[in-house]
Amino acid sequence: MTSLPSMPELAIRLRSVVKHYGRIHAVDGFDLDVAEGTCVGLLGPNGAGKSTTMKMLTAQVIADSGEIEVLGHRLPGDSKAARAEMGVCPQLDNLDTSLTVQQNLLVFTYLYRLGRAERKPAIERALQVANLVDRRDAKVEEISGGMRRRLLIARALVHRPRLLLLDEPTVGLDPQVRQELWALIDALRNDGTSILMSTHYIEEAERLADTVTIMARGRAVATGKPAHLVTEHAGREVLEVYGPPARLAEVEASAAAEGVRTRRTGTSVAMLGVEGRNGDLPQGERRTTTLEDVFVLLTGEEVR
Amino acid sequence: MSDVARRPELARSGGRIGSSRRGARVGRLDWAALQGVLIREVVNFSSYWRGTSFSSTMEPTVYLLAFGFGFGSIVSQIGGYDYVDFVGTGTVATAVLFSAAFPAMFGTFVKATFQHTYDAILSAPVDTEEIVTAEALWIATRAGTFGCVPLLVAIVFGLDPAFGMLLVPFIAFVSGFGWACFGIMISGLMKGIENFSYVTSGVLTPLMLTAGTFFPLTNLPQGVQILGNLNPLHHCVELVRHAAFGWELWPDLAHVGALLAFGVVTWRIAVWALTRKLIT
Repeated sequence: MTSLPSMPELAIRLRSVVKHYGRIHAVDGFDLDVAEGTCVGLLGPNGAGKSTTMKMLTAQVIADSGEIEVLGHRLPGDSKAARAEMGVCPQLDNLDTSLTVQQNLLVFTYLYRLGRAERKPAIERALQVANLVDRRDAKVEEISGGMRRRLLIARALVHRPRLLLLDEPTVGLDPQVRQELWALIDALRNDGTSILMSTHYIEEAERLADTVTIMARGRAVATGKPAHLVTEHAGREVLEVYGPPARLAEVEASAAAEGVRTRRTGTSVAMLGVEGRNGDLPQGERRTTTLEDVFVLLTGEEVR
Repeated sequence: MSDVARRPELARSGGRIGSSRRGARVGRLDWAALQGVLIREVVNFSSYWRGTSFSSTMEPTVYLLAFGFGFGSIVSQIGGYDYVDFVGTGTVATAVLFSAAFPAMFGTFVKATFQHTYDAILSAPVDTEEIVTAEALWIATRAGTFGCVPLLVAIVFGLDPAFGMLLVPFIAFVSGFGWACFGIMISGLMKGIENFSYVTSGVLTPLMLTAGTFFPLTNLPQGVQILGNLNPLHHCVELVRHAAFGWELWPDLAHVGALLAFGVVTWRIAVWALTRKLIT
């Protein structure tokens, strides 16, 4: 007799969540699952409702309707118990800038209710995770933007949360610092921490997320593993056709007539799902379809 | 490289919701949450205490010296007291106002709007009610300390010490709690920091000048005296004077009751106003 496969537990479960601000539907019937131990990327253009969703998970924004459960706690009623078990790295840097790196962590060992004996080891661990051991006595206003961002993540991890919310964790950082943070986030995920990460950097989601939910106008427009989303929505190959604007318009028109989907990329027209087609296509460069193609296709950004 | 590739069971969704492993015990007005907010304030205070202490002690001392000696040169006695003693006891209320209402108004607004400090705190297991309560307790503690400065200055200039004065820190604390909550309430209600001048000029300065600090209200028309009883600073002034010069049982109990009521009412409104600002 075989036992049933065990169902994964969900760190986050959202069903039909709605949040209006006056006439603006910030979140409009949004569903989301984050299985425990996975990293889910919440991908969407600015104004898609990502930040509002993140704030609903800490009950700083209260949904008008729908169900929200975080680590088994129903929100907003049990949000405090949920917050005790999760860490949040906000989009806006809200460190205490006149305090030292270590003092910022110390404050959060209290806010996260660590016992007296746990505080010192927790601070040491967080300093190591964030690679800030040497800068522990530096004031936050004296350290670089990348270090501040690492400190924000370390602060969110000081109590070893089961769930980490990362709201645009690498926005505004240079590529090298971004890659450092990716390594840090990847290590956390490998340790079994559940992660929900909102981002509008496609590469970030592609590299770090087990599954991606693409959000547009307050709704989930697609959910799945990055590679599956690509083949499902935009095919395997893309043909980039370059040329002057008039030529691009011509290519778009003929593609539309043949039922081939296109997107403008600024300097070119990308013809999607062209695998297996050769002779009838205009001259161009073939490349593999990316998540960016899917993103643009589904969110309507830049699409004609 | 995906984690799911190594742990396929994680890829499935639609499963059941997990139950809390740690089962954190959280309730309303938790001591742990209050302690967390207080620790943050105390650690931060270590970086700015000089400026705050300077302004909180300097301003009322200047009032005391200017009125006590400037005005005192033409009015030596008032209501049976030396004028310096009269003003020295009265400016305790002024010191409480300066060290409670202003830091609460500006500090709360800056933390809510510019530094996003409360976003960080509210991500932890802390609610707005705990933020308001802890910050008001901390500011009240400071007001309880700074409030004594004018009294000490007045003692240097000849005010006789009395055992009753040992209660002045507590009077200043209770009064300071109310003014801290008043300040938090204003910062919660106002959309811009520039609107604070309406409160400073339209409410706080008139209340400060009609509290009985610099001149007794007893010689004023009865209507003004009744209005004076609605001024929380007046109750603080009276209690401190009685602590220095002799208690009056029933009136003093009434003053204590008025300060407690002021504290409770402003506390509840402050919680409501800041919640409205922070939770949308």
